[in-house]
Amino acid sequence: MSSPETWTHPEPGAVPAATAAQPTPEQVIAGLRATTEGGIELTQLLTPEGERVASPIFDGFVSDIGAEQLRGLYRDMVLVRRADREGNALQRQGQLGIWVPLLGQEAAQIGSGRALRPTDMAFPSYREHGVAWARGVDLKDIFGIFRCTDQGSWDFQGSRLHPYTIVIGNQVVNAVGYAMGQKFDGKVGNASHEDTAADSDEATITYFGDGATSQGDVHEGFVWSSVYDAPVVFFCQNNQWAISEPTERQSRLPLYQRARGYGFPGVRVDGNDVLACLAVTRWALHTCRNGNGPVLIEAFTYRMDAHTTSDDPTRYRLSEELEVWRLKDPIERVRAHLTRTEGADQEFFDAVDAEADEFAVELRDYCVNMPDPPPERIFSNVYAEPSPALDAQRDSYLSYLAGFESTAGEG
Amino acid sequence: MTATMSRDAEQAGQGTQTLTIAKGLNLGLRAAMEADNKVILLGEDIGRLGGVFRVTDGLQKDFGEERVLDTPLSESGIIGAAIGLAVRGYRPVCEIQFDGFIFPGFDQIISQLAKLHYRSEGRISVPVVVRVPYGGGIGAVEHHSESPESLFCHIAGLKVVSCSNATDAYWMMQQAIASDDPVMFFEPKRRYWEKADVDTTAEPGPLMASRLVRRGDQNTTKRATLVSYGPQMRTCLDAATAAAEDGVSLDVIDLRSLSPLSLEPVFESVRRTGRLVMVTEAPSESSISSEVAARVQQECFYSLEAPVHRVTGFDTPYPPAKLEEHYLPDLDRVLYAVDQTLAY
Repeated sequence: MSSPETWTHPEPGAVPAATAAQPTPEQVIAGLRATTEGGIELTQLLTPEGERVASPIFDGFVSDIGAEQLRGLYRDMVLVRRADREGNALQRQGQLGIWVPLLGQEAAQIGSGRALRPTDMAFPSYREHGVAWARGVDLKDIFGIFRCTDQGSWDFQGSRLHPYTIVIGNQVVNAVGYAMGQKFDGKVGNASHEDTAADSDEATITYFGDGATSQGDVHEGFVWSSVYDAPVVFFCQNNQWAISEPTERQSRLPLYQRARGYGFPGVRVDGNDVLACLAVTRWALHTCRNGNGPVLIEAFTYRMDAHTTSDDPTRYRLSEELEVWRLKDPIERVRAHLTRTEGADQEFFDAVDAEADEFAVELRDYCVNMPDPPPERIFSNVYAEPSPALDAQRDSYLSYLAGFESTAGEG
Repeated sequence: MTATMSRDAEQAGQGTQTLTIAKGLNLGLRAAMEADNKVILLGEDIGRLGGVFRVTDGLQKDFGEERVLDTPLSESGIIGAAIGLAVRGYRPVCEIQFDGFIFPGFDQIISQLAKLHYRSEGRISVPVVVRVPYGGGIGAVEHHSESPESLFCHIAGLKVVSCSNATDAYWMMQQAIASDDPVMFFEPKRRYWEKADVDTTAEPGPLMASRLVRRGDQNTTKRATLVSYGPQMRTCLDAATAAAEDGVSLDVIDLRSLSPLSLEPVFESVRRTGRLVMVTEAPSESSISSEVAARVQQECFYSLEAPVHRVTGFDTPYPPAKLEEHYLPDLDRVLYAVDQTLAY
């Protein structure tokens, strides 16, 4: 059960027609929308059945990925999914205030995250737990955000992962500014030949969703990056839904095609194909590092769970759509490929599952024992420089609190 | 820097000279850029044109297009990119062309600029200065004469300052750029061309401090304290001169730092005079003037001889400029309020 892509695909040089995705009546009855397949321009290296597809453009960017590396990507995705499911469970049990599930987007996040060099910088939105994992951020810190003990205090310099940004689209212009700084610092275009990349060259990646593409900040980021040739990869995870609003409510054109209007390349990649996401993102980072300016990647994927644990997707989409996407599961296709090519055996898959279970227990133990921050935290780091007025406000409140303790002692 | 420095380049650091506020800001920016090559300017028309008020005149020529950026017409982009540059280690100075055009950048200022240091528990500093020419009195069309400073004072994490004279323009600009916190820098555009003698070698006082700029005659019984900042400081100083001729002695205080407020000099003065008149162009409701009034009644309750009086813009949108002489506090409205507080 699938539906054809009905976006208009303009020929090179042709003006794209403003045609909306229009599902047929049969598709509507089936609960399907028009974008399910991703269209003919979808870059895919691994089919949902786990078959390797050749790509003359992108194969060269994953020539080093053998069975061992694929097993590593598989492990990444399984661990991140297990952490994600634990997040959902912990919220249901009252241990987290909210959880933002990434289910279904593991390949997009691990593939792009693993494409980064340690010196590259990433500006996430708030669903990028897989990117955080790939950047070496402890997922315990991510759980702290959703337990509401923390707002993003991980070592951003060490991990090169900016704090999560919750206001939709804000991080995109911030990322462009950072990338402009990389360029001004002379960290772009130092390779002697276009096919190579200098070790000192850097790039920035920023993550946002299909809904964010309607925000002014995303458009302004596109303009700025373009006119300054900033080395930034715009990684749009089109998971088809902005809470309850489908992508058709955000655009009359496939999102990757917007890049052309700003003057830089746009690519649509199968967001459930970790190998393709790795290859396309490596290519995009490479072109950025070599000074060719920005790239837009639309990772065509699907939000298999709710927007957050507060959301109820049964109010706005039919379960048949989810069933279609289950057949394209990002983890299953790597498992199928590794099995088909004898790149891994059952022992390996069992070991990863066991490790994932241990990881979940570790996260759970940490989460339920996570202490609340002390009240002093309210007043700390509002300013980088000393603030006597805030110190006075803090001292006044702490002494008010201490009054209860002494009263209790008297009782 | 190019080998042949401009006359402006030679002008900085030469002892006392007569400068307009605009020139003081210009030389302050130049000095900061010379002291730290991470200082970078972003704004619309600030490069080749030198800014619509010429505050950045000559800087792109001397420091190049990668340090003085003519940006796309995109205020959220200006603030947002400046934040990214600051995360990268730069010290960006943004120019918003007019007060009324800051709102496309408001989201970035409130949501990111003000909060990043707090959210990251101090791991990320965003030493960004946002320059805003503000206030009325220039006969302009809509959105060119507003006083939105109170909106920013309400936001924790931002510092908000305003200069009222060429000396402060020169020094406060350098201090704001050197600050590790984000600073909203409000510039009194109608006073850009007022001149003063500026000593560019004297050690300046702290940035975040108000200042007693005129001390009234202590032997007079008819006394009051005038508090203001930015464009209305000139009005208040003129009022104090006029009042003195009528035997009324006024202390005049320039707040300079609008958030956090530094009100000790105000409290000290009000304890002596017993009367306070607060003057701003901004509307009065939920504003800096209300904050000052609240704090003064709390700290100086037993010293007050009269309620705090406020002379402000009205609680309306900025009117058509043909009516701005009614809207803006002037000498007569200030003196009228002084008379009222003395008659209480």
